[in-house]
Amino acid sequence: MNLHLKVWRQKDAKSPGQLVPIEARNIPEDASFLEMLDIVNDDLTVKGEEPIAFDHDCREGICGTCSLSINGLPHGPSETTTCQLYMRKFKDGETIHVEPFRAKTFPVVRDLIVDRSAFDRIQQAGGFITARAGSAQDANCLPVPKVAADAAMEAAACIGCGACVAACPNASAMLFVGAKVSHLALLPQGQAERTSRALKMVRTMDEEGFGNCSNYLECEAVCPADIPASVIARLNREYTVASCKDAVC
Amino acid sequence: MSAVLDSKIPTGPLSQKWEKHKFESKLINPANRRKYEIIVVGSGLAGASAAASLGEMGYKVKCFCYQDSPRRAHSIAAQGGINAAKNYQNDGDSVQRLFYDTIKGGDFRSREANVYRLAEVSAAIIDQCVAQGVPFAREYGGLLANRSFGGAQVSRTFYARGQTGQQLLLGAYSALNRQIAEKTVEMFPRTEMLDVVLVDGHAKGIVVRDMVTGAITSHAADAVLLCTGGYGNVFYLSTNAKGCNVTASWRAYKRGALMANPCYTQIHPTCIPVAGDFQSKLTLMSESLRNDGRVWVPKKKGDNRKPHEIPDAERDYYLERKYPSFGNLAPRDISSRSAKEACDDGRGVGPGGLGVYLDFADAIKRLSEPTVRERYGNLFDMYHQITGENAYQQPMRIYPAVHYTMGGLWVDYDLMSNIPGLFVLGEANFSDHGANRLGASALMQGLADGYFVLPYTIGNYLAPQIGKRPTTDREEFKRTEADVRARTNRLLSIKGKRTVDHFHRELGRIMWDYCGMARSEKSLQRALAQIPPLREEFWKNVNVPGEGEALNVSLEKAGRVADFLEFGELLCLDAFERRESCGGHFREEFQYPDGEAKRDDTNFQHVAAWGFNGEGEKPTRNVEPLVFEEVHPSVRSYK
Repeated sequence: MNLHLKVWRQKDAKSPGQLVPIEARNIPEDASFLEMLDIVNDDLTVKGEEPIAFDHDCREGICGTCSLSINGLPHGPSETTTCQLYMRKFKDGETIHVEPFRAKTFPVVRDLIVDRSAFDRIQQAGGFITARAGSAQDANCLPVPKVAADAAMEAAACIGCGACVAACPNASAMLFVGAKVSHLALLPQGQAERTSRALKMVRTMDEEGFGNCSNYLECEAVCPADIPASVIARLNREYTVASCKDAVC
Repeated sequence: MSAVLDSKIPTGPLSQKWEKHKFESKLINPANRRKYEIIVVGSGLAGASAAASLGEMGYKVKCFCYQDSPRRAHSIAAQGGINAAKNYQNDGDSVQRLFYDTIKGGDFRSREANVYRLAEVSAAIIDQCVAQGVPFAREYGGLLANRSFGGAQVSRTFYARGQTGQQLLLGAYSALNRQIAEKTVEMFPRTEMLDVVLVDGHAKGIVVRDMVTGAITSHAADAVLLCTGGYGNVFYLSTNAKGCNVTASWRAYKRGALMANPCYTQIHPTCIPVAGDFQSKLTLMSESLRNDGRVWVPKKKGDNRKPHEIPDAERDYYLERKYPSFGNLAPRDISSRSAKEACDDGRGVGPGGLGVYLDFADAIKRLSEPTVRERYGNLFDMYHQITGENAYQQPMRIYPAVHYTMGGLWVDYDLMSNIPGLFVLGEANFSDHGANRLGASALMQGLADGYFVLPYTIGNYLAPQIGKRPTTDREEFKRTEADVRARTNRLLSIKGKRTVDHFHRELGRIMWDYCGMARSEKSLQRALAQIPPLREEFWKNVNVPGEGEALNVSLEKAGRVADFLEFGELLCLDAFERRESCGGHFREEFQYPDGEAKRDDTNFQHVAAWGFNGEGEKPTRNVEPLVFEEVHPSVRSYK
């Protein structure tokens, strides 16, 4: 199949960018969206032009590196991530807009690559349980009810891709933060730092410039890991309780 | 001159070596630890756990990764699980049994003392991960759940749905984050190591390229840890992430580190078959599927009927037939080879006849569809997205693909290479899996090395090194930086006609056709004849567009492929010289009449560790004899 691409090209963080028309020719239906870009890049290189820079790594939907907005939608019409999107979802002759994830907190590095290091800084603020290597007790000394373990796993499945932020009109990171806060708050091991974790992660999220949730739920709709929006409700609850405790103590 | 290597295995009975060695190892007092700087390259399970543990102990750590975040290292893609000798299922498991299964699984080509230590620390890994909040699967009573995995007859595999690697890596990443916040670890994402710097024969730093600005800089340290994963992408198509590469290991090799057993590569039996020339990577379907799926091909050659039209009597459940006691859970190398045999015999299914069925019809009948969905739902979804087929209604098509590499840089019992101060952890080293790795053992080894081995053994090297860290003003740093710049400029100046991927694909084809699931003297000679001209053409005709002082994806790829083009030749040479079959290394000349691998313990019960002798010179094959004090190497049988 042949496709008309409109691809965001931007030299670096400081230069202005624009949508550039690029033709994609002889694309097999069974190719993935990123393999389509590989083919386009091969053509560009042979023509002596610079290939389109885009982030990708595992190409099996788990590392969270790929981050394209396709026709305005983070990860496009994929059920999960961009790398798991196959060309059979498109029609021959279609025009496709390919852009980076858009958010002020995710500045463009080059072309379709963005800087998501704000996510790492939020995790560094409190997304952990302090457990010194070598000092843990036997794992079965602390039974965890299956229901709690399953709910924690559901939240822990977040791949940190940032589609939630890119989809949100407020560029809110509350699905991302809510997922980590929920995962750790649901487990008995996470109780000691539960209050400080919620406070620190939310404060860092605010300092980084992410917006707040006003219940559009676009994040849940695009999330490739099916993180439920209920983690945002839990985050609000955790943060409220933590703030009260913090004010009293 | 070829040398016999000393692995520095502690004396004493096998079960007491590690305890004894820990006690005899040198300690660094807490006040002195902050005077040491340690470089960790890679942030997967081995790198993240080592960086976090060393930071926690009080060392100053710098951690580098090529990804935009340490959370994205390819350990994240491991699906099935992690082994540990907990015996939680009361089914007769023990340290001794995990040790034996692993050494047998590796076809008696791994180092006994290292494997025993791995089995010994395995239980502590589970404790550590649970304490960190890793949400392992649990039973209704709240205790941890287990499943069984290939090559074992006990249930010792801990798992978190089909995302065990993700959850373990996020656990290690969270520990790393805590140290970054404490400022004991400084993180350098999107930074690629391009060379190691030796000062007076010791590894004292690295040269890196900032992948955003293109700036090439040096970092000095008291010790360097390479936790940079395997080299599966030398085959172009593999289950590795696109960025996985051999560059860090290969740069170290060219500075004098020994490369051990590169021919030990693991071909995983259950991957989604190749769909076309455009294919950029292969996707694994977790081995755990073989717990409930049955592998078969039609008995008749060229049978084109749809799978449900083929009655049971006309199907060949070849793993169950050939290996009745392990059945569909036969180890990976054996399952892969059996699939190849069936396809070579003209009984393969799907496009090109390169596939076999993995059938869940019986499991769905026995357990119900919702139960199967609960166990493997995400894998069935992934299969559906990639192939457009519904595996609840028709069998999956699978075919073997390159997955893991057992070979790697040679290390001694302390995980230190032959270059003092250069340590190698995780898949990047060679020591624990011999000629074949068992399922769910890679995660175990990465975390064992990073959390529980290296933090104890590094003291032996560091203690006498206090105050000896050079500054990057030294001439050795300037010279290495200049080498890196010259190489980068050379790649950029060729401006030939072919893309980097063209060369990578071509190399991959040679490797897979002549040094893949089966190798022979003839096929390896062909590979060894074809790789050097391809490499020559690369340096004349590759086109790397763009400039060095900017984000340049083609340049990154070109540097990695240039190294693969050299490394691939060494891999084939190692395969050529190892005139026996063992584990993942199957030489067609050396097999029993029933097609099983035939080892040659008289001549090859050793590690082959290759030393670089200069460009264009034949490398030296050094040898570490494998001495078995506890086990008796036997013919590996899974029948």
